[in-house]
Amino acid sequence: MTAPADPTAAPGPPAAPGPAAVADRAAVPTPPVIRPVGSSGLLVELATAEQTEALHAELLRRRADGSLPPVGEIVPGARTVLLDEFGSSAQARRLAAELPGWQVPPLTAGSETVVEIPVRYDGPDLADVAALWGVAPEEVARRHAATEFRVAFCGFAPGFGYLTGLPEPYHVPRRATPRTRVPVGAVGLAGAYTGVYPRSSPGGWQLIGTAPETVLWDTARTPAALLAPGTRVRFVPLDGDGPPDGDGPRGGDGPADGDSPPGGDGTRDGRGPSDRGNRLPAEGSRPSDADGPRTEGSGRDR
Amino acid sequence: MTADGGVETVRAGALTTVQDLGRPGYAHLGVPRSGALDLTAHRLANLLVGNPESAATLETTLTGCAVRVLAPTTAVVTGAPCPVTVDGRPAPWGQPVRLRAGAVLEAGAATHGVRSYLGFAGGVEADRVLGSRATDLLSGLGPAPLSDGAVLPLGAPSPAGGRAVPDVAPWRVPGPELVLPVGYGPRDDWFTAEGLRTLVTGTYRVSAASNRIGLRTEGPALARRREGELASEGMPLGAIQVPPEGRPVLFLADHPTTGGYPVIGVVPAAALSAAAQAAPGTAVRFTPVRSGSVRGSAGVPPPR
Repeated sequence: MTAPADPTAAPGPPAAPGPAAVADRAAVPTPPVIRPVGSSGLLVELATAEQTEALHAELLRRRADGSLPPVGEIVPGARTVLLDEFGSSAQARRLAAELPGWQVPPLTAGSETVVEIPVRYDGPDLADVAALWGVAPEEVARRHAATEFRVAFCGFAPGFGYLTGLPEPYHVPRRATPRTRVPVGAVGLAGAYTGVYPRSSPGGWQLIGTAPETVLWDTARTPAALLAPGTRVRFVPLDGDGPPDGDGPRGGDGPADGDSPPGGDGTRDGRGPSDRGNRLPAEGSRPSDADGPRTEGSGRDR
Repeated sequence: MTADGGVETVRAGALTTVQDLGRPGYAHLGVPRSGALDLTAHRLANLLVGNPESAATLETTLTGCAVRVLAPTTAVVTGAPCPVTVDGRPAPWGQPVRLRAGAVLEAGAATHGVRSYLGFAGGVEADRVLGSRATDLLSGLGPAPLSDGAVLPLGAPSPAGGRAVPDVAPWRVPGPELVLPVGYGPRDDWFTAEGLRTLVTGTYRVSAASNRIGLRTEGPALARRREGELASEGMPLGAIQVPPEGRPVLFLADHPTTGGYPVIGVVPAAALSAAAQAAPGTAVRFTPVRSGSVRGSAGVPPPR
């Protein structure tokens, strides 16, 4: 429903040429671009997904400690954070003037709990994804389950999180032909993202598995959404889907430390400022398709 | 909560939903705000029957609806003007009417505008989801749209003591033209200067494909400086999103929380009640307002 099919037009920096440039950018982050949203809102645009997630975390910290002016909505996107409905346009203006000067700490692994999603790696596109990655299907499962994900943003449907964490060489395009029906609980990949369908819908993501035990959205539960922006997520293989070598999914043998990914090892050494375990920096990456998992869009087409 | 009766749907009409002030504050979870499209009319309906503005009303679409009240109550019809009847006899629009148990209140087809609001003393007591009883047609939250025979409970009326309830309230009939103020941004830089001018000089009409998610328009396409789509970003209420075919779409209460098409400008929330009453075919004119936010007067092109 939402977004990009054409990454070449997406805003953002050019692909990082290499680890050195990544390090430079980490040291001196590109200042955010602040855009007006009506009279009392701001759209803060950042150079990278990492900076976006770090700014979002900082905004939540400041909201929690009362140092952020009251604002109705804080909505992260792929490279932006929307701040909408300040109490006045003067508050929005003041924050717009201040925010570029903030020292935003990079994301750290932190001590927050990690949501574990049991998954059976049995998706109909597992073989296709394995071919794109240049590995065996069971290796897709192993690497996916060894990755620490983070909810970058939500959208498309209540309970749907766009999870980042797979390094760029593992980003895959959407299916050429979308499915008319993707079952609830399907675990899919598209662009930079992994997602779990909170309900049955049409969809074009590459399905690698099924999460049969996890209820992503339940309005009778508090909170209704299992996944919110910033939530850390791990996929835990259900019995019989574990790595053939018996190495546990949380053994820390992540994609960055495994065999060379199909795109070469240009990003392998480029650990980001966040020191997030096996997560590679996203600076050089761009979602090849950040669209919602449904192709016939509710947002655009209705 | 049903001790005070309820309403039984006699004629659901084209689309009648339960609405209140919606569920703002959950956009980061992908939950649309929802709520009454014409908040002015919704608030007025509640005021006239002695309810707090957060009480739920029924929002009709073009063809009205009819309900039977299961216990004595007071009700009112606001929003789009329409013939109002009680048991087939004419009753005033925009004024509270006292109904006996079993009476059928009908809001007829709108004579002007699109959405009428039926308010009942005590409000419609559908179950709350995330604090709101509103039907969200994008994500399916809240009660289902009314269907013939469906029964909804009503709440207990607020104690009358102390609250002054007006007998009648002024109402401006929707005009022949919908005028929408627009503050440019956040993605006005995706459009050519000509495209920005076209938005505020072109003649648009409300498309029949409009709904609670967005008011679609027919008219000249807005020329873009850059092609493609954005990486998904948050979409505010009142956003004027421009899909590739170039006709602006104004995001209303059930709009998606993120999107990938550029937002050329944003219409203030206060102007959206009028948008809710603009029937298909209504002329639409966008007028630039100074972007008071972060760019000062930058980005506002001359109107001609």
